[in-house]
Amino acid sequence: MSDETKTEDKPAAAEKEWQPRIIAFVCNWCTYAGADLAGTSRMVYEPHVRIIKLPCSGRIDVSFIIKAFEQGADGVMVSGCHPGDCHYTAGNYHARRRFGGFRDLLEFCGFDMRRVVFSWVSAAEGKKWADLVNEAVAKIRELGPFKEYQKLLAEDIWRKEETNSDRETG
Amino acid sequence: MIEQIREKAKELLASGEVKVVIGYENGGLPETTRPVFITSPDEVDRLVWNKYCYANLATFLWRKEVSSLGKPAIVAKGCDVKAIVVLIQESQIKREDVVILGVTCTGVGDPPLSKCPICDVNTPREYDCLFGEEIPPKTDINKFADVDEFEKKSPEERWEFWEEQLSKCVKCYACRQVCPMCYCEICIADKNQPQWIETSSHTRGNYHWNLVRAWHLAGRCVDCLECERVCPVDIPLSLVNRRLAKSVKARFGYEPGYDTEAPPPFTDFKPQDPEEFIK
Ligand code: SF4
Ligand code: SF4
Ligand code: SF4
Ligand code: FES
Repeated sequence: MSDETKTEDKPAAAEKEWQPRIIAFVCNWCTYAGADLAGTSRMVYEPHVRIIKLPCSGRIDVSFIIKAFEQGADGVMVSGCHPGDCHYTAGNYHARRRFGGFRDLLEFCGFDMRRVVFSWVSAAEGKKWADLVNEAVAKIRELGPFKEYQKLLAEDIWRKEETNSDRETG
Repeated sequence: MIEQIREKAKELLASGEVKVVIGYENGGLPETTRPVFITSPDEVDRLVWNKYCYANLATFLWRKEVSSLGKPAIVAKGCDVKAIVVLIQESQIKREDVVILGVTCTGVGDPPLSKCPICDVNTPREYDCLFGEEIPPKTDINKFADVDEFEKKSPEERWEFWEEQLSKCVKCYACRQVCPMCYCEICIADKNQPQWIETSSHTRGNYHWNLVRAWHLAGRCVDCLECERVCPVDIPLSLVNRRLAKSVKARFGYEPGYDTEAPPPFTDFKPQDPEEFIK
């Protein structure tokens, strides 16, 4: 399909309207399976979440969250197996300690913590996943784009005009 | 007190019990000192002790240039000793492989640095020999008063504050180089495959760098204040370091640098750890 037909298919107004961008970091064994269940059960829920599957919630680092915001996300979801249910026995117990630190650090540095949602979702909790996504999307719609971070995105010293001309003349 | 330190250093070096004494000598300018590595008993007179002995020498214990010299003795204030304790907890050094020449201390700097009024280790908690009169630990201190105050601000105000502060960072990594706990052979800031941290010192990359630096010190930073002291653009690094220290204390009842036997908090967990923020 050519680009032209693509743009023709979409009404112009809908294209301009801002939609939340949410990145979800989830573990393979519980939350991903839960999200899959939501899909196979044909639950209808907000489509603005992009899921990134990790082996275990223990793999999720604060850099993932920051990187998501660096790439323009308006919100981040972090989810794994309920305590006691981790496929690797204790990955989520370790993760939980770290998540508390991420949370307190980001909040202290001025992140609006309504943009970062931590949860436990089991493979059977398709409904819980759908509800969490709907809730997060609604909240972020209300908050609007993460303007503060997006301002930083625009700021890239190598893109400044004077720097470019400096480079050309120098 | 310095005479006793020199005497002890001489004795340790002469007997061969240690191969190097890590201490302070006068710096090139008035009211400064610099680290010195004494390897011969004839040189112990270079050692000094005064209120300008800022450096946390624990950072040299694991550096190959120093550890290759042989067993060290180290002149250490209470806050420096906390760093040594964390290095022992994290298996970077063994207790028996270092002789700690603890010095009691009422504060460094003129006026004293911000860490000193909230210090509870004026007498080091761990040492092989102690120099100076013992000072009982203060009890009525709040280590987090400024953190608590900062937390009263709105998210917008906090963001604005850090945006301004972090925009100043020039990514010199002095904060990392000086830190006794920054012993990774390849720091995440130097990794380029994948490159997590952007190398240019624009605010976006600075945010990532400074948040990650603080996070990697969570539950490990002993608030020796060295990072903040060496930062050429005066970013209040201790404020964010201590926010995480407060978090670890509140969540897991743990403070780094007090107990060589305690497991570091992020290598450990309890089934009933708090999770009030998890849905
Ligand atoms: S924090 Fe305590 S031990 Fe360290 S320099 Fe200040 S008073 Fe001395
Ligand atoms: S982060 Fe700063 S205050 Fe903490 S241990 Fe390292 S140098 Fe000292
Ligand atoms: S010492 Fe200061 S300027 Fe240098 S990298 Fe650290 S925070 Fe940035
Ligand atoms: S496998 Fe799901 S949290 Fe560890």
